[in-house]
Amino acid sequence: MLDSEVPQEGNSTLAGHRKAVYARGDDGKLHIVQSAGWEVEEIVTRQAVEDLNRLAEDARQRVIAGQTSVLEYHMHKARMDVPLLSQVTGLWQWRIRRHFRPDIFAGLSAGLLQRYGEAMGLSVEQLKKAE
Amino acid sequence: MMEFQHSHASHCESGVMSSMLRHLGLPISEAMAFGLSSALSFAYLPIIKINGLPLVAYRMPPKFIIKGLQKPLGLKMRFETFRSPEAGEQRLDQLLAAGRLVGMQTSVFWLPYMPEDLRFHFNAHNVLAYGRDAASGDYQLSDPVVETTVTCAPADLRRARFAKGVLAPKGLLYYPEGKPSEPDWAKVLPKAIKKTTRILLDSPIPIIGVRGIRRLANAIQRLDATGNPAAAKMFIGQVVRMQEEIGTGGGGFRFIYAAFLQEAAERLARPALNELSETLVDIGDEWREFALSTARMIRDREPLNPVKLADKLRAVADREQTFFRDLRRAA
Repeated sequence: MLDSEVPQEGNSTLAGHRKAVYARGDDGKLHIVQSAGWEVEEIVTRQAVEDLNRLAEDARQRVIAGQTSVLEYHMHKARMDVPLLSQVTGLWQWRIRRHFRPDIFAGLSAGLLQRYGEAMGLSVEQLKKAE
Repeated sequence: MMEFQHSHASHCESGVMSSMLRHLGLPISEAMAFGLSSALSFAYLPIIKINGLPLVAYRMPPKFIIKGLQKPLGLKMRFETFRSPEAGEQRLDQLLAAGRLVGMQTSVFWLPYMPEDLRFHFNAHNVLAYGRDAASGDYQLSDPVVETTVTCAPADLRRARFAKGVLAPKGLLYYPEGKPSEPDWAKVLPKAIKKTTRILLDSPIPIIGVRGIRRLANAIQRLDATGNPAAAKMFIGQVVRMQEEIGTGGGGFRFIYAAFLQEAAERLARPALNELSETLVDIGDEWREFALSTARMIRDREPLNPVKLADKLRAVADREQTFFRDLRRAA
């Protein structure tokens, strides 16, 4: 890659940041050049983010329909999955899945709610609402 | 507060070590830190899943650079992990108060200064702490992949340092003991280069090195493009993310290693390494062509064709095999 070939495509995923990449200058030497982004990176990052957003939105719809608890929504919102949430909270995966049932989630103790909240960086109030 | 010079790097771990060594009076470029620790690699790890997709890595595992620089530079690094966040925070404050530059392992997800779209649960991101703002209490950080220095509130940093999951940092802090010394380049460079060729060519496990690239090609070939195109696209997208987006300096670290070879050619007065560096830049460009095709297929600008991508990867694998054999002879 030559200096002139370093993409400067202003990726939205970089949010104004620039990243350092290596390219060859006129003197033939490789050096660091700041890149404002490459569309290829933007496409694959958007793909991953959109997939996570889709899971969260899908869960939100099911919360409204009463098919799942807000816990599942917040888990996806925090870009986590059940194995990761299990590791962070120290709860068994089957227990977390059980807490996805709205009736069971409604009866959770303050201590458990606190634990989930901490894991995802939310207060208990925020945790109870799907927004 | 200590005098500290931030510099922008492509990869967090080599960037942190380059800054740390320069601070200690041994100016070493990021590329040199990367090459001297033999950090270049390729690994396709179908058993380790990230959000259900296999891990693909273009470098050796985390901490390999920090540890790998100890021997050639006669440097001793201290590593400390903590059971409780309180103890971890206290120790960090203590080291900063003593005027030390401290390396930390963190989770990208909890670092507020990172772009929102790049904040995934990746736990092995390296940053340096060089001070604490007296007024606000915020930590002053040098994150090598960010252009300037940044600040981070104590609560956020605590979360980032004590994130859980795969590669959990457990509050890891690291700092040098003693001073590094200028190595005998004629000795350490050929040794480091040979080690890299061994990793890429002679791995006993078929998922590491050039064989790993072929293994990945086979896995891509098997993707079901007609029955489940969305899943196939997620798989190939993940490969490109690891190659280009996750601080590799482009072309899955091939360009940074090419920069290292140029420096080595100069230090050893061996022009043959310069020619090899050019070849590696070409190979890096081929990796980027693979990334471009993949992205076009994800966006349906060209038909989704896993076989074509697999063939492209096999061509890259063949070129890398020849390249690392030549490199072995030249070292």
